[in-house]
Amino acid sequence: MAKYLLLKHYRGAPTGVNDVPMDQWTPGEISAHLKYMDDFAARLEETGEYIDGQALSPEGTWVRYDGEGRPPVTDGPFAETKDLIAGWMVLDVDSYDRALELAGELSAAPGAGGRPIHEWLELRPFLAVHPTVTE
Amino acid sequence: MDGVLLRSLTPEVIAVLVRRGADFAAAEDAVQEALIEALRTWPERAPRDPKGWLVTVAWRKFLDAVRADASRRLREQRVVAEPSPGLGPGGDDSLQLYFLCAHPYLTPSSAVALTLRAVGGLTTGQIARAYLVGEATMAQRISRAKRTVAGIPLDQPGDVATVLRVLYLVFNEGYSGELDLAAEAIRLTRQLAARIDHQEVAGLLALMLLHHARRSARTRSDGSLVPLAEQDRGLWDTRLIAEGVEVLQRALARDRLGEYQAQAAIAALHADARTAEETDWVQIVEWYDELVRLTDSPVARLNRAVAVGEADGPRAGLAALASLDPTLPRHTAAAAYLHERDGDRAAAARLYAEAARQAPNLPERDHLTLQAARLNTALRR
Repeated sequence: MAKYLLLKHYRGAPTGVNDVPMDQWTPGEISAHLKYMDDFAARLEETGEYIDGQALSPEGTWVRYDGEGRPPVTDGPFAETKDLIAGWMVLDVDSYDRALELAGELSAAPGAGGRPIHEWLELRPFLAVHPTVTE
Repeated sequence: MDGVLLRSLTPEVIAVLVRRGADFAAAEDAVQEALIEALRTWPERAPRDPKGWLVTVAWRKFLDAVRADASRRLREQRVVAEPSPGLGPGGDDSLQLYFLCAHPYLTPSSAVALTLRAVGGLTTGQIARAYLVGEATMAQRISRAKRTVAGIPLDQPGDVATVLRVLYLVFNEGYSGELDLAAEAIRLTRQLAARIDHQEVAGLLALMLLHHARRSARTRSDGSLVPLAEQDRGLWDTRLIAEGVEVLQRALARDRLGEYQAQAAIAALHADARTAEETDWVQIVEWYDELVRLTDSPVARLNRAVAVGEADGPRAGLAALASLDPTLPRHTAAAAYLHERDGDRAAAARLYAEAARQAPNLPERDHLTLQAARLNTALRR
């Protein structure tokens, strides 16, 4: 088994094929999309491959330490930041191929005109916690 | 097995152990263990005297725990030999537990967790799943909370307002998974109202009942939100509404208004209207004026602006909104709504899309996106 992080981006991913902002879809198209996403997650829960999924607000803040006894410095959000993560799903699957298959399925969610959005999703393997015995 | 009975007995059983000389933290642990055993064994063989059973088992668990800890041996002998009452005679022990679990030293999340466990009789696992955190995290949060209140005597008078804030937080968490937190909050507020005669406890209970009455009308089967004006009022629970209105009227009759009574009065006016059009917005604005006076809360001012938009027209609502901080949560959504009422669909669509980006949760984001899409689709025709 291997764990993968499936990332969805607000910004920073290459442009998808059917890339139309959601507020320009019809209400019916939005409902169909949301149902597809729910069904996808429900199916993965059933197969025992789903671990966690969360959506993130587009608004965030940059924070850093500013020295002893001082409050942390905050800045942003920066409009020029290239990468903006919209949400994630953590999967635990048997193989890399299975992770690819699922990511492909999620990217096929219907969008404007009822056609798949072909959105680019980022698939990142987790680094394992335990060393692999090689000797 | 009656899970609600089991849960409602919890504070009384903790109080018995404390009266016998156990400290709160140890008593609470012992009762939690007894609860877990009850959940395991009662379905097959329920005791005739549930409270007696819980006291016996919890006391045994307490003694086991004390014995297991050799360093506490002396205390065990003292406790068993001469029980020292931790609670005042004749005082309401369960009420004291409400105050302790909502103590101002506790953070809101700790107070909520401790209240649900010690007053609500829920297991750590149930609380953890309801708040979508791991059980170990929740166990840690509860044991830290217990350490925080460890030195506080149980017979101190508490502040009702802090208890109400905790119960309101639980209520607003709503429903996720197996445990209905809104129903639990109502149960605990009911118990509190039975123990203390206070107009704001009644006000909060009325508010919860009136909001809860609309719950099944508030979401569609796919989880999407239905705004108040579009709800099927036939789905509203008239029994809960009747009870909420009655509780509220008794509270208001005491003529000591507070924020929960004012909010409940607004909810009651919505419940009174057979259709959205029949809503008495003029009176609702008056109640919002009271609420603003009582709380000076920006959220109350924002809601008031929306009510003004209904009572005096969208332009008046937008004018009221214009005097408020635009970064207030839901300010943009309120502006979108009022612009649409004013006939400016393009501005409304743009604002709904912007409000969706600022939405604090997924159902609201989806709802706001759908509003933008609905308007944009109509504008393209």
